[in-house]
Amino acid sequence: MTIEELNKIKKEYEELVMVRKVVKEQGEEMAKHTGYRKQVLVCGGTGCTSSGSKKVIAALEKALKDNGIEDEILVVRTGCFGLCSLGPIMIVYPEGCFYSQATPEGVERIVKEHLKEGNVVKELLYKETVHEDGSIISLSETNFYKKQMRIALRNCGVIDPENIKEYIALDGYQALYKALTSMTPDQVIQEVLDSGLRGRGGGGFPTGLKWKFAKGSEGPIKYVACNADEGDPGAFMDRSILEGDPQCIIEAMAIAAYAIGASRGFVYVRAEYPIAVQRLQIAIEQAKEFGFLGENIFGTGFNFDMEIRLGAGAFVCGEETALMTSIEGNRGEPRPRPPFPAVKGLFGKPTVLNNVETYANIAQIIYKGADWYSSIGTEKSRGTKVFALGGKITNVGLVEIPMGTTLREIIEEIGGGIPNGKKFKAAQTGGPSGGCIPAEHIDTPIDYDGLIAIGSMMGSGGMIILDEDTCMVDIAKFYLEFTVDESCGKCTPCRVGTRKLLQYLDKITKGQGEMEDLEKIDELAKHMQKSSLCALGQTAPNPILSTMKFFKDEYVAHIQDKTCPAGVCKSLIRYEIIADKCKGCTLCARNCPVKAITGTVKQPHVIDSTKCIKCGVCMSNCKFGAIITK
Amino acid sequence: MAENSLSFKGTKAQEEELMAVIAKNKDLPGALLPVLHEAQEIYGYLPIEVQQMVADGLGISLSEVFGVATFYSRFSLNPKGKHQISICLGTACYVKGSDKILEKVEEKLGIKSGECTPDGLFSIDSCRCVGACGLAPVMMIGEEVYGKLTPKEVGAILDKYINEEGGKQ
Repeated sequence: MTIEELNKIKKEYEELVMVRKVVKEQGEEMAKHTGYRKQVLVCGGTGCTSSGSKKVIAALEKALKDNGIEDEILVVRTGCFGLCSLGPIMIVYPEGCFYSQATPEGVERIVKEHLKEGNVVKELLYKETVHEDGSIISLSETNFYKKQMRIALRNCGVIDPENIKEYIALDGYQALYKALTSMTPDQVIQEVLDSGLRGRGGGGFPTGLKWKFAKGSEGPIKYVACNADEGDPGAFMDRSILEGDPQCIIEAMAIAAYAIGASRGFVYVRAEYPIAVQRLQIAIEQAKEFGFLGENIFGTGFNFDMEIRLGAGAFVCGEETALMTSIEGNRGEPRPRPPFPAVKGLFGKPTVLNNVETYANIAQIIYKGADWYSSIGTEKSRGTKVFALGGKITNVGLVEIPMGTTLREIIEEIGGGIPNGKKFKAAQTGGPSGGCIPAEHIDTPIDYDGLIAIGSMMGSGGMIILDEDTCMVDIAKFYLEFTVDESCGKCTPCRVGTRKLLQYLDKITKGQGEMEDLEKIDELAKHMQKSSLCALGQTAPNPILSTMKFFKDEYVAHIQDKTCPAGVCKSLIRYEIIADKCKGCTLCARNCPVKAITGTVKQPHVIDSTKCIKCGVCMSNCKFGAIITK
Repeated sequence: MAENSLSFKGTKAQEEELMAVIAKNKDLPGALLPVLHEAQEIYGYLPIEVQQMVADGLGISLSEVFGVATFYSRFSLNPKGKHQISICLGTACYVKGSDKILEKVEEKLGIKSGECTPDGLFSIDSCRCVGACGLAPVMMIGEEVYGKLTPKEVGAILDKYINEEGGKQ
């Protein structure tokens, strides 16, 4: 591959892809040169595949044939658009019409009425994109997208991840060419240092510094590795990048390899991500075929090749030394540091290990320059951060925001607020290693240091929104159960400490806690933070410590009043029927598995709390909201 | 769990396939994990007999293979049901009540998470995030995803599979 050949492909595919990125009028002009009147993009990411996008694509292709317009319309299966709760997602360009929750039946109408006859099927569009006067806005103008800034996700939901040419059309491999032909390895490292990019896996260590250390380590063999073992339950940023834009990781790893002097790379990815693994595999093969991997890349004498290694479901393997131990074919147990991986990493050789999202920024930094990148974000946290927004929030999905955006903007504007009129209680970030941001800190700008200052952390990007129905003691217990399961057992503070913390929480949620338990938790937690071997144990107490800090009254209520204010902890709650609301429909009594509910038809019913097993069936069956927990 | 375990029945074809996998990976640094992944694909699980073949094939001890096979949650030493049910207990699903879905499935099938029904038809596992957080809470049966579930709907979904199986017999 030469730069001329690269630019030729770019030119050839540029308009085809740009139709999806420009405003409608410009897109219509471009579309004339592409051979396709319209393009239909359907999300083929995990979220939309789970909600049925495969059936939608099949129906779409069939309907196009049935209407005889299959040659005029291009169907593109993309990666994640981000708005997973509205899946399967389907966008029609050049107009940018956003059809949400597409069904095979709906698709038949869209093909006939919109694609063939030119009349947008308004009632199938995402409702926010249709104004009262009937005018339509495009996807990028919705509240969900407006406040976002997409750098790491720039190509997700835009290109076909299985077609390298579409990646090339959007400046793909230009950064690698620039690095190899006009920059020395030291200049590449300096550029990354100047950009201010910090590790997006949660640690926040300056990426350029990591590269510098590895470059400085002597040795003929070095490795670059990519951490795609996204273990935080509820986080799916890395998966979406691999599914939507796998080439950007390959390009970035090649740049990193050039910078530190490596010629071999490994991507360690969760086996639970079959679509991501498959797309990455296809991407690697295409990159080899085009000469971006292999020997003598761009004729510069630089060699680089890479392979995928599958994880096998161990959270601790997200820790860098454990990940390397796992690639080496062993139990994924962490090793003491120092020596750091930059000195002695994979197979004992100097290694740079970065997270997927970190790599996703690299090509843009090299191509557009450190000045551009460092102009985004806050002083100590440059650039953007991707969050997987989930839990009690209207727009569940993937968002990328400039550092410094406040939690309020994420929740109220991008996220569309809390559903069912409930009150926002806290946001949990960083999963089992992280903490919570309570409602009183909703205006805190989100960056590495801002979150640490309020006793939380950025984490890798999971952001779970909790409402008033969430019990903070229960959620801390949930995370502790997770870390107990996932502690590798190598060091005592973590192995025994997590178990002991869980015992305390178990006691408290059963109403058997004592006030001094809180002091004991605090003491044990601090010992674990100081003496655990790796970050798993060091951070395992964070969910308890931060909930104890911000929601101490809830702990006290469980211990002293023996109540669970949110009505979650089974041992502490009672189900009751509000007589005024009960219509006497008998549904609850008929469904109660232990016959604890009595009453006559059309009269308020009563729950016998001595018989009740608190299964909640009555409450989920009641159509009048007459059953509550106390 | 032991009472649910079926005795190991490997076929010659499976063994040949495994030997080919071992031969292909033998010289790969860190070969054990990739080999175990493929072995589990072939047999559906990793009984001690299969671990022994892997150990012999790669020239390492059985204890080392066992150590790795038991470390990672993806590897199973017990057979799975014909219909593998997994309920997501990731955070997004948990805050939307997936624990109650799990309870309901366990109650309906009369087995606990991690177990297989005696007729070998169903096994239940809990998993940490299948990545369909937009559909929380989520249950998967085989490749089929059931999202935005309520405990009420669980019975009917399982009945569908149970009736299908009943019809065949």
